[in-house]
Amino acid sequence: MTTDTMDADLHPKTAEDVLAAVQWAAGEQIPMEIIGQGTKRAMGRPMQTAHTLELSGMSGVTLFEPEELVMTAKAGTPLAEIHALLAKHDQELQFEPADLGPLLGNATGQGTLGGMVNTNFAGPRRLKAGSARDHILGIAAVSGRGEVFKSGGRVVKNVTGYDLSKGVTGAWGTLAVLTDITMKVLPRAETEKTVAFEGLSDADASSAMATAMGSDCEVSSAAHMPAHGGEPARTLLRVEGFEASVAYRVEKLAKLLAVHGNADISDVDASRKIWADLRDVAPFIGDTSLPVWRISCTPSHGHVIAAAIANETSISCFYDWQGGLIWMQMEDGEPMADLVRGAVNTNGGGHATLIRATAEQRLATPVFHPQPGPLAALSRRYRENFDPHGVLNPGRISVEG
Amino acid sequence: MSGLVMPALDQKVLARRAAIVKSLQAIVPGEGVVADESGMRVFESDGLTAYRALPLIVVLPETVDQVAQVLKYCHGEGIKVVPRGSGTSLSGGALPLEDGVLLVMSRFNRILDIDYDNRCAVVQPGVTNLGITHAVQGEGFYYAPDPSSQIACSIGGNVAENSGGVHCLKYGLTSNNVLGIEMVTIEGELIRLGGKHLEADQYDLLGVITGSEGLLGVVTEVTVRILQSPETARALLIGFPTSEEGGQCVADIISAGIIPGGMEMMDSLAIQAAEDFVHAGYPLDVEALLIVELDGPEAEVDYLIGRVEEIASKNGSTTLRVSNTEEERMSFWAGRKAAFPAVGRISPDYYCMDGTIPRKELPTVLARMRELSDHYNLRVANVFHAGDGNLHPLILYDANVPGELEKTEEFGAEILKLCVEVGGVLTGEHGVGVEKRDLMEHMFTEDDLKQQQRVKCAFDADHLLNPGKVFPQLHRCAELGRMHVHKGKTAFPDLPRF
Repeated sequence: MTTDTMDADLHPKTAEDVLAAVQWAAGEQIPMEIIGQGTKRAMGRPMQTAHTLELSGMSGVTLFEPEELVMTAKAGTPLAEIHALLAKHDQELQFEPADLGPLLGNATGQGTLGGMVNTNFAGPRRLKAGSARDHILGIAAVSGRGEVFKSGGRVVKNVTGYDLSKGVTGAWGTLAVLTDITMKVLPRAETEKTVAFEGLSDADASSAMATAMGSDCEVSSAAHMPAHGGEPARTLLRVEGFEASVAYRVEKLAKLLAVHGNADISDVDASRKIWADLRDVAPFIGDTSLPVWRISCTPSHGHVIAAAIANETSISCFYDWQGGLIWMQMEDGEPMADLVRGAVNTNGGGHATLIRATAEQRLATPVFHPQPGPLAALSRRYRENFDPHGVLNPGRISVEG
Repeated sequence: MSGLVMPALDQKVLARRAAIVKSLQAIVPGEGVVADESGMRVFESDGLTAYRALPLIVVLPETVDQVAQVLKYCHGEGIKVVPRGSGTSLSGGALPLEDGVLLVMSRFNRILDIDYDNRCAVVQPGVTNLGITHAVQGEGFYYAPDPSSQIACSIGGNVAENSGGVHCLKYGLTSNNVLGIEMVTIEGELIRLGGKHLEADQYDLLGVITGSEGLLGVVTEVTVRILQSPETARALLIGFPTSEEGGQCVADIISAGIIPGGMEMMDSLAIQAAEDFVHAGYPLDVEALLIVELDGPEAEVDYLIGRVEEIASKNGSTTLRVSNTEEERMSFWAGRKAAFPAVGRISPDYYCMDGTIPRKELPTVLARMRELSDHYNLRVANVFHAGDGNLHPLILYDANVPGELEKTEEFGAEILKLCVEVGGVLTGEHGVGVEKRDLMEHMFTEDDLKQQQRVKCAFDADHLLNPGKVFPQLHRCAELGRMHVHKGKTAFPDLPRF
């Protein structure tokens, strides 16, 4: 084996190939970067690894039974292919995985199933539908130890052993290389409408969204776009389902919130566009030199956190998940992590993740919210029990691993 | 106990019992430590009553600090600990160990915070499942997961078992409805995961702990999602001449894009037993009875009732009733909800199984089960969460007939192996506990189970929390951590590359 061949990227075609690669890396204790199409390389903590294990050659849906609401695919399967297949059967991944490509300055419609599971970014419907971790049913994987293991299965009701399918979701490839993934799929709503109110302050919007989400109108998404660039603020509520039901609930919701003014109702196409844009953080696509934070917090505290930060520096932001998700662009170009995380920590807690920033900024600033000592130690032990030598994506989440 | 082997008794701990009682009394004063046999007797089993054991000592802490001190003490002294909620587990998850402290969380029974704006409630783990709904229903809210033991089971136990229920087809299991927990590790450290925000950060330890059957930590606080009650709910009661037609009807409802609030199926023996018991008005000339509940706004429910009626008649339903009043809806459910005690009336004993299968395999599994029933000469009644494929076969037996319990357990094991064989799993909602522990190797490879146990090692390296449950073999963590990869002997993999 020469040094030249050692620099090569690895392109496994099968789970056996992945096993061979990881066994080699574990044996030699040589760190590897694990990617699908590499569309999320601009996120997370930058790494320095000699080798890349690139999984896009492991592609294809291997099981799809629409009437059983289940689908299995190899980890490198393009997400676009999965969305298209499900759409043909009027089904979808109900948690609306975000496409952050354009936000990061890349093309839209890229990415793999494995990348989606490893980052666990849900869209606006999270309030009702959860995220990838709520829809993953089973996995097959190769641990950082170089051993094949599986967890879960293909059925929804399953409490047999620890739920390691959830346990590897959102792990940024630091525990195991996923080879096969089974997801729950669900019927796509027949139609949807968006009920919008104009001109609300962030605080009034917070209260309007709480009323809507707490009503029996079955609102599936609630967002607020503060006034910006001459545009008035818009508070947006999505109602989905069967035609007759949507019509009825939209009317009921407009009446319930009449105190906030006249509702503007968007039809199905406009509504879908509104939520796809919010999902993919369209308002901040453009100037990639400005850092963008993704803040998960107590929904009713969202506007308080944003106000505390806005007091100290110039920001643009909007709220999804009833205020529980803040997308925030730092207009001065600095992440200001202490300010952002301090505001979160003192207002009900949660976590702030630095999604868009230069590589230098993502090295200088912890990308993920620092955890308290005992939890950080537990997370480290957890990781070491999958990948004792730290060969899979070391440093992707934090300096320690 | 029929053949169940538990971890070897720690004689040193047994010999020090009096001193251990004293130390625990210093941590939890008053009546919080129960050490006399008659006082401990009530804790000797959980809902799986075939298995019993008297614990070493019972401790009922009242504060998080007491929990932390008890665990820290036990960890330091090498004493096993079995956590227990209300003791309703159907798989022996809370079965005591004779050399272990039984940590009973029932005094943690307060609701700490109800937050309607953020649609969540913060509760102590001993609060009952139904207690949460009772606390919020005045404002029109409820807690969705509804295991059949919901009147008694505790939310801490629900987290440990990842409990389901009739409504989890549409509203998810416990793991989908818990936003955060506070827990104490065996070392006595306090860990918070999640909270009122919508997702925990970094590794999904919350997802791993939910359903971990008390092996990873002791939950001291739970933040749950509460939901606004639907505007209305109506049910259909549909009879079919065969289970195939009933099964196809279920598949067609889901294929039509309809996810009912609940969808339950019963076979003829279960129908007969339930009807004899509660007189719900169930048809007795059908092989399969389907209850489909639709909930939501009235306009939607009315529309969907029509759609389901069409689908049912296309699939050859021979009887169909739609509830027009709340009383009628409840009467449809009365038989299903009383199915277990109803079966209890027609047999001295019954053994409740809990496998999940891909729905399409239902006819195959029912046919094979009939063969097994003939082979073992034991009757079996079937109750089925049809929407999500979770099957509850009830094997009828008589414990007073020598050998019949053993025969029943063998029959049950065969059913669960059958579930795995057709692509399903050993347990859908009751947990592995001690009951299905020794069947785990039918579903998992040795490496699968070792990786699960390594997760255990990250939380409890000495295997002190609830040992003897879930895993058929206990491996020492040092052994599990050993790498079997030989440096320098594995070639650089010969894979396609640039």
